[in-house]
Amino acid sequence: MSGEPIPAVKLTGITKRFGDVVAVDDIGLEIADGEFFALLGPSGCGKTTTLRMIAGLEFPTEGSLKIFGNEAGTLPANKRPVNTVFQDYALFPHMTVEANVAFGLKMQRVPKNEIASRVQEAIGLVRLEGMGQRRSQQLSGGQRQRVALARALVNRPKVLLLDEPLGALDLKLRQEMQSELKALQREVGITFVFVTHDQEEALTMADRIGVMNQGELLQVGSPAEIYEHPVNRFVANFIGQTNLLDASVVSNDKVCLANGEHIPGHCDLPVGTRVAVCLRPERAEMYPPAKVPDGQRSVTGRLESVTYLGNALVYTVVLDWARLEVRRENQPGGYRPHVGEEVAVSWTDKAISVVRA
Amino acid sequence: MTVVADRPNGLEKADAATPEFEKAANRAASRRGFLLSLPAYTYLVLFFAVPLGIVMIYSFATRNRFGGTDLSGWNLDAYRKLGEPIVRDILFRSLWLAALTTLICLVVAYPFAYFIATRTPVIRNLMLVFVMIPFWTNFLVRNYAWRVLLGNDGLFTNISEALGLGERELLFTTSAVVIGLVYGFLPFMVLPLYASIERIDLSLIEASRDLYASGFQTLRRVLLPLSMPGVIAGSILVFVPSLGAYVTPEILGGAKTTLLGSYIVTQFLTARNWPVGASLSFVLMTIMLIATLVYFRTGGRNL
Repeated sequence: MSGEPIPAVKLTGITKRFGDVVAVDDIGLEIADGEFFALLGPSGCGKTTTLRMIAGLEFPTEGSLKIFGNEAGTLPANKRPVNTVFQDYALFPHMTVEANVAFGLKMQRVPKNEIASRVQEAIGLVRLEGMGQRRSQQLSGGQRQRVALARALVNRPKVLLLDEPLGALDLKLRQEMQSELKALQREVGITFVFVTHDQEEALTMADRIGVMNQGELLQVGSPAEIYEHPVNRFVANFIGQTNLLDASVVSNDKVCLANGEHIPGHCDLPVGTRVAVCLRPERAEMYPPAKVPDGQRSVTGRLESVTYLGNALVYTVVLDWARLEVRRENQPGGYRPHVGEEVAVSWTDKAISVVRA
Repeated sequence: MTVVADRPNGLEKADAATPEFEKAANRAASRRGFLLSLPAYTYLVLFFAVPLGIVMIYSFATRNRFGGTDLSGWNLDAYRKLGEPIVRDILFRSLWLAALTTLICLVVAYPFAYFIATRTPVIRNLMLVFVMIPFWTNFLVRNYAWRVLLGNDGLFTNISEALGLGERELLFTTSAVVIGLVYGFLPFMVLPLYASIERIDLSLIEASRDLYASGFQTLRRVLLPLSMPGVIAGSILVFVPSLGAYVTPEILGGAKTTLLGSYIVTQFLTARNWPVGASLSFVLMTIMLIATLVYFRTGGRNL
């Protein structure tokens, strides 16, 4: 064996079909030990099915699934060193918090006194001291989610799977739990794999993100890589707000916009391929038509609407071949055009990326 | 005084009056409810409570020499007769057969109810209809059908002969009665079990498996406790009518296996000992009442 670390989870050619429906299509993925990995995609993209296959609640139709180097594709859920935090927590309603947390240890026939101490430790870890005798119906959403976490973590799994763990919480609590989950993961050092449809959540929490759509894994990378260099139109659109301008490849460092203008943009695709130029709203700038600074590319259009967000303003500019959104921080004394005015939307060459259409 | 100055006070009064108003509304609602249920109350009192009272009075009376009943001179003689070995045997046999029937129904119905509850809605409804199909045929007719199946030249005898087990006749045995009772009351077990299993969040089963529980442990620790209301409701729905069963034991059972229901009928019609029949009916009712109370005490409140 070489010194290469063994990945916590390794999927090779994993496919899952339900009858004629292909839920997961030939996925290959390695998740490193200790990583916080997010599977991101719209509902029905196969991310939950992928997670359930790792958990052993669903079995792959084809392909190999290894957990720390051991083939696990056909092992039942109770024989895998992984635990799951379910979407609606799935706490046992007929048991107290303590009994819920103790369940996994009991099933593994851990000695009683060890169960007691580990349960207390886990309850302390998620800051639920004193709640041990309550039932799940007596807990708030945030508390339930902590119980679900404790119930999984108490088993010291090698991989913790989380299925939309924050989906049922309201915004404020969700943001709180995001940083808490992240801190918890650092503390316990366990590999976390979590599924979400919320791109912001994925960007905030994950070390690496895998973007899925229609059963396919489109791109895997760090939040920055995915945001800065999306591989295609779908990923660019799904991660954050973006403007996508139709273009075609002219050479490997030039593309032609739909208005006929040639602009610099790196791309390895063959000449003539249809692509999209991705310009993030916060990277676009806006000036009066005659005052665009040197060295910036610009297009001119009419300001259609302004959306006031408090900390920022979003301007929608209509060109005859595209529609652009420009996001500007709400600073006093900035350029504030009125609806109906002619404005120039501009950008520096570094601000854009070329993606597959 | 001015209107303006009065306003804050007026508001305070209105606030304080709200609970009073709600109480009045509640009283009105409960009055309406009582009036609506009056026909049902009248019916129950006239045709259930009053006859029950008559039976109770008879259970304390004495049979006279001509097979009539003397309502004077109340005593507990009829209840004392329950201590006699013959009556006691019948009572215990009835209890045992009812318990056995309930247990068999439970074991047979649980996997079936689980199966139905985990199907898609269309198949689920279809299967529930199948469960209820037997009710479309008269109970008496169905029992006679079993008589043919279990009888001398029936299906069961022929099968056991073909298998080389010899000529086994089931008809007029205790087994025949249990088979008939299980057949007759199985739907009463399936339906409440289905209803309570259907309400269990199936992700709890997945959570249990994920937390290292085997299939059997999941059944014991998660499914059974959560479906306990259905188990208890179904058990009572099977146990109570099995205990008082009359038709099935009469048709499928032999003279050796007299059960409580048949014995009570005999007391009223053949032996013309109405006090004993009445007292036995009351004992039966007490057992059922206790069973029902147990149900409400344990699982009932979770329903």
